[in-house]
Formats: sequence, C-alpha cells, structure tokens
Amino acid sequence: MSNLKVKFSSVEFKNPVIMASGTFGFGREYGEIYDIEKLGGICSKGLTLNKKAGNEGVRIWETPSGIMNSVGLENPGVEEYIKKELEYINSLDLINIVNISGSTIEDYKESVSIISKHDVDIIELNISCPNVKEGGMAFGIEAKSAREIVREIRSITRLPLVIKLSPNAKDIIEVAKVCEEEGADGVSLVNTFKAMAIDINRRKNVFNNTYAGLSGPAIKPIALRMVHEVCKNVDIPVMGIGGITNWKDAIEFIMAGATCVQVGTANFMKPKAGLDIVNGIEEFMIKEGIKSLDEIRGII
Amino acid sequence: MAKIISNEKLDDDIYIMKVEGKFEGEMGQFYMLRAWNEYPVLSRPISIHDIDDNSISFLYRVVGEGTEMLSNLKENDDIELQGPNGNGYPEVEGNVALIGGGMGIAPLFLAAKSLKKMKNVKNIDIYLGFSQKAILTEKFKKYADNLVINVGGIIIDELDAEKYDYILTCGPEIMMKKMVQKSKDTQAKVYVSMEKRMACGVGACLVCTCKTSKGNKKTCKDGPVFLGEDVFYE
Repeated sequence: MSNLKVKFSSVEFKNPVIMASGTFGFGREYGEIYDIEKLGGICSKGLTLNKKAGNEGVRIWETPSGIMNSVGLENPGVEEYIKKELEYINSLDLINIVNISGSTIEDYKESVSIISKHDVDIIELNISCPNVKEGGMAFGIEAKSAREIVREIRSITRLPLVIKLSPNAKDIIEVAKVCEEEGADGVSLVNTFKAMAIDINRRKNVFNNTYAGLSGPAIKPIALRMVHEVCKNVDIPVMGIGGITNWKDAIEFIMAGATCVQVGTANFMKPKAGLDIVNGIEEFMIKEGIKSLDEIRGII
Repeated sequence: MAKIISNEKLDDDIYIMKVEGKFEGEMGQFYMLRAWNEYPVLSRPISIHDIDDNSISFLYRVVGEGTEMLSNLKENDDIELQGPNGNGYPEVEGNVALIGGGMGIAPLFLAAKSLKKMKNVKNIDIYLGFSQKAILTEKFKKYADNLVINVGGIIIDELDAEKYDYILTCGPEIMMKKMVQKSKDTQAKVYVSMEKRMACGVGACLVCTCKTSKGNKKTCKDGPVFLGEDVFYE
C-alpha cells in the first residue's frame, strides 16, 4: 500500500499537495468546482492587519510559460477573514495554512497575535511579496532583517510557523538558516521572481508599480535549484514552490528534498490541477512500489 | 473535452466557433476556453454568443497568441470549456435596448434570444456599432423589433435613452461610459459588461478586479455585468 501522508514538523498532511497563497482565494471558489478535501492543504490569500484594496492598473501579464502578477495583497484583513472564512475552511478536512503579510513588524505581530487565538494549523509568514511598496519582500532580502522579524513573531505564537522565502533574497540559503536558528518550524520557497514588462507602443511600464512577480513553468528550474540548495543546508522541513504544474514536477521537488509542495499558477491552467497532482503522485508511487515519500525525499 | 463542430472565419480577424454538447449558460456569462496543454499559461475568457440543446457558440476576434491558436482549430478538434462563469445580464422588463460595439456584439445575440422569451419584455431594440464593416446583422434582425446599424460612427448617438426601461451594453469602455452618462437623468437602467485580463476565471485570484462605487468587485465572479452607474461613478 502506498501512503501519501507526510509529516511537516508537528503537522500531519494526508498528502503533500498544498494550494499556494493568492491562487486559491480562501478555497470557496474551487470548492464549488471539485472536492478540495482531496488536497493536503490550502494557504489563504495573503492577509494583512487591515483590509487592502490592492494595486491599480494591470494586475496580470502573460509571458512565455509564465505570468506576472501585481495584485498587491488585496485582502479583507485578518479580522474579516476570521469572521467570514475561518469557519468554512475549518469545516473541511484540510490543513489550513494562514498566510500573513504586512508593512511593519508591528503589523505582522498584531496580525499573528490575533490569528493565534484561533483554530489555525500553520502560519505562513510572507516576507517575500514583491508587489507592495513597503514591507513585504523587504524583510526577506537580507538575513539580518529576516532574523529580526522571525525572532519577534516566534516569541508571540505557538502555532507552527513557516517562513515564505523570496527568490530575490541576496542569499536564500542564509535567510533559510536564519529562520531555522530563530525557531521557525519550516520554510516555504520560492515566492515570485521580481520581473518587468514594457508596453512598447505606449512607451510605458505595463505595471503601475514597474515591477511585478513572475511565476509559472518558466521559474520551475530555478525554484527547484533553490529548494535543493536550501534542503541541503537546513534541517527544518521545506515546502517546495515554483512552477509546479503536474505530478512529475511535484516528484522532482520531493526528490530535491521538499516535504510538501505548493501549487499556484497551475490552478489557472486547470482548476483541478491540485487534484491531478495528488492522483499522479499516488499512481507513480504504486507503479514504482514506493510505500512512503520518505523513500524518495532528498535522494538527489 | 468537447468537440468542435465548426470554426468559421466571418471577417478579417473575426471567427465564430461552434462546440458540440449540452452546455449550461445564461446571457452575459462566459467560458474559459483552452485548446492547448501548458502553453500559453492562461485560458481565454470568451462570452457565450449562442447556446442550444446540442451546441454552444463563441464569437471572438484574434487579438493575441491564445485567440490565434483558437482560430486555427478545425472541425473535430478538441477544446476544453470551463464554465459557465460570471453573473450574466439580469432579468429585465418593459422596453429594452441592447447596444453592442465591435466585439461587444458577441454576448448580445444570446441576450436578444433570451429577452424574446421573457414575458414582461415589450420591445427589443438592438443597436450594433462597427468601426469598418457590419457582421451578423441578418441573424440579429430575427430577434429585434428594431435593428439599428452604425458603421464608422458613434452608435449611442442613434439612441434616445428616454424610450427605454433597460439598456444592456457591451463594447468599448468609452462607449459604455458615455451611455451611462447619457441615461443619467432618465428612468433607464444601464448595465455594462466589463472586459478585464483574467487568470483563474472563478473569483479566486483577484487579477480582474473592477473598481466600483461599492468597492472592489471581481469581474469574473461578481461581473462581468455591473450596473453602469456603479462602475462609471466618477
């Protein structure tokens, strides 16, 4: 019998497939399309202390094998999430990961202390959003600022804490090590790559913020390399993210050392991408006689 | 997966695709179309042009790589349709005008057909504006009490808003905005169908946000049809 169960720090997932923040809302929309309880877990849309309207202008731009987005963390705010969404998500047999972002350490702390009073499985601390002017990715670029925020947050919550890392970090291995040293339960990587597009007819930036975040199959090989490097350098578990589109991609990330994988852009290609990946991993395990993913994790 | 019955070129870049099967869908709703695997990344949101017991049709213009790939599809090719998505036009009554500009005529054919079946609709006047050449006029004529065609001019100049209870529009934003302004002091309720770049198409990713007087709305889920005064309020 093949078993898809994975243990990420203290949290047990029924399978390693998680829907990435910002691509799955709070689960409701996809819940109308298929049985999302077949998934391992979902990461909420990035939440901030107060409601955010997000960025003006173009928010999405297609590139060869990728997309750039500049949503700018449009979200209802932590309190509204607790009021309107938490009950629904907790009614489902899923690991509920709440993604928290902010522009100051104080904002992050307040959001985390509010959410920590509620029934949530994991906090994913987003120090890697490239689409907001203040905060966001700024905390994830240098190991020093990452250390400071992880230390502060660790001191105020007992919930499993995963830090979402930026591929735009000066040294992503260093940032991951710092997260481990400061007591994070795990890291997830990578968020989107800072990217750009120019409308040559208008002679202007496509995005009002000039830069946006690149995701999708285009970034997969680089994301895979970063996950591999981080896995070789820390002992805490890793969630692999970056252009995972099918079950083969997911297996690659697990072989590179990831405990779980997050699926983002692929949800826009096929609404049931996550489900296909769960089924594909299971079929592969049966075919290869793999009883547990531990047998292939980090073999590269 | 569904099978394509036909994919006919109507004009320079304009095609009409008919797909086999019994599909759901109301006037003003859309489907996400995909006839490729991983590239391009995104599916293409296209409004329902017509629907019957064994087929669904889409009228579209080739504007980029995705629609170009759609235009190359032939009879019996496979296509994935995900939907129907969006809210669609509301049920209306009394005297109704439909105004389409350019590709905006696409959802209005199903709208005209649907209005014809609504008991409380008295008159259906259809106004179609084209920049260079009129298409599908004979088809629309069948469902119109009065059909007005304008080529190269401004379609909304042809219309007296006072005459209508409801005005359903789809076309360039500037056309819809002017229609909203023109109807401001009349009893006519104007509905607009917004076009935005989309990714998920189901309301999860927030890339197609439409700013309204009632806050941010998702064009794909809360729209694409909005009350005109809520969108063009400034």
